[in-house]
Order: sequence, then C-alpha cells, then structure tokens
Amino acid sequence: MTVDQHHLGPSRTEIDAKLRRILVDALGLDEDRVAGFDNDTGLFGHLPELDSMAVAGLLTEMEDQLDIIIDDEDVDGEMLETYGGLLAFAEAKAASA
Amino acid sequence: MTPFELIDWPCPATTGERHDELALVFDRGRAQRVLVLPAWFDEANKLRRQTVEVMRRLDLSDVDSVLPDLPGNNESAAPLAEQTLESWREAARAAAEHFRATHVLTIRAGVLLTPDGIPGWRYAPTSGAKVLRSLLRARTIASREAGPAERTEDLQARARREGIELAGWRIGAEMFRELEEAEPATQLIDIEQASVGGSGLWLRAEPDEDPEQADALAAMIAIQLGGA
Repeated sequence: MTVDQHHLGPSRTEIDAKLRRILVDALGLDEDRVAGFDNDTGLFGHLPELDSMAVAGLLTEMEDQLDIIIDDEDVDGEMLETYGGLLAFAEAKAASA
Repeated sequence: MTPFELIDWPCPATTGERHDELALVFDRGRAQRVLVLPAWFDEANKLRRQTVEVMRRLDLSDVDSVLPDLPGNNESAAPLAEQTLESWREAARAAAEHFRATHVLTIRAGVLLTPDGIPGWRYAPTSGAKVLRSLLRARTIASREAGPAERTEDLQARARREGIELAGWRIGAEMFRELEEAEPATQLIDIEQASVGGSGLWLRAEPDEDPEQADALAAMIAIQLGGA
C-alpha cells in the first residue's frame, strides 16, 4: 500500500524550516542569524524589527504558507516571546488543521 | 534614461466633479504604455521605491509607464476616509483613458482596481479580506500591548458601520464593507513572487528595494510586450 504523502501533515522539520524562512523574509534578517535561533531566542520585545505591523504581516504569512488560521485569542505574549514558543504554536496549529 | 516627471491628471471625484491628482510618469509617447496600479496602505510605502525601480527598467526597454496617485493617497487633496472601492476603480479607469494605457500592471491589492478591457499583469495579487486581516491584526496586537485590548469582531462590526483607522489609514465604512468581499480580477497574467525570485518586499518590516527582483519583473513584462 502506498502512503498518500499529500494528506499527511507537514513534518516538524518542515515547519521549522518554513518558519525560519518567513522570519528572514518578514524581518529582513540575515539568514545565518535566523539559522542560529534556538528555542530561547527572544522575538517580540527583543527584536526592534518586530513592531505590531511586522507581527501582523508575519502571522498572515504564516497562515498562507503553513495553511493555518490564527485567531485573536491565539496571539499572546508567550507565543510571540521566543522562537521556541512560536514554533510550538505553529506545530500545534498545523497538527489540528 | 528618461527622467520621470510628476504631472497632474484630471481624476473623477466622489462629488461628481473632477480634481487634479498627481502621477509619476515616464512618457516619451512610445507605443507600449503601462498603467501601474500600486500596492495599498502600509504596503504602498514598502513598495513605492521598488515600483518606481521597475518603471525605470521598463523605460530602458522602451516602454512608457505611469503611476497615478489614487484619491486620498500621497499628495492628494481628497480625504482618504471618503474613498470607496468604486471611487478608486473609477480613478483607475480614468487614468487608463487619460494616459492612453495599452497595458496594466497591478501590484498586490492594486489588482482590485483592474480596469476592464486592458491586458496586462498582476504581481502577487491579494484579496481585500487579506488586506484588512493584516491591518486589523496590527491594531489588535498594538492595543493588547498598550491596553485596553480590542477584539477583531468588535472592530469589524464598528468598521462596517462607521469606518475605522487602521495603521494610520482612515478607511470609510463603505470601503471597509466592499473590501471584505473584493476578490482579485482574473483576466490578467499572473506574476508570482517565486518567478521574480527572493521574498516579497511587502513582507519586510521596513521599506526596501531589490535590484534583481526589479530586473526580473521588468524583463518579464518587456519580453512579453516585445513578443506581442
């Protein structure tokens, strides 16, 4: 029996790679710098590039590229504070999408 | 290289009269003339320089181009809050006619104003709903930081009744309601970001430019015009 890859959810590494790509694009940050982000790397409040309009663009791009819907109540300090928080959120959303 | 000029053009007003708006034009009376309908709101700022960079390259390829100010934007004397999707569509139609455009290039939400009967391209088109979604989200995130927090549904309900200010842009109630339903025109040729290379400059937190992307975008248009 062949597995229909199309209907499997995106893998964790795939989401991680997409999320880093979105951060590079949205924040105009250096690829090497974003590649060095770990779970504790600070985002909102730590990166001057990330003002409210930039966060809005970032979330809208995440919706498009990860095929998820992000609700008002999803957006909180914890989700945006660190790279690990944002990644965990994206994974949870993609899994339930 | 032709230096661009800033010239007045007669634009229909919401009151039924006409008033002058500004347009940035590369005009040497050549056969191919592209009307550029730019990105909107915060994306307009981020993409303005890049848009003109594309026009410079079209000029070098012997193509005229014109970038009209829509009423309520840039140096316009018309109030933004009084504009509607229809008033902007009317402005786009009038600009196409006034400048005798042979083609149109829409950028992002500019596609929502595509005049009928003119061939052309739509670069990275987006829907009205998506435009509003980003702007509303920026506002709810900012208000959550500064307090008191606002809910998207409440903002939408109020905006439909009385209009709303989002990221500094005053959007009237009618415009807001129209944008919730507005879908990109489909008769134009798609230019996807993937074919331009790199990432879309509207995603960046600050205005920027990318010469290679401008080269690619202008080349696609010039080649297709040359073969037409």
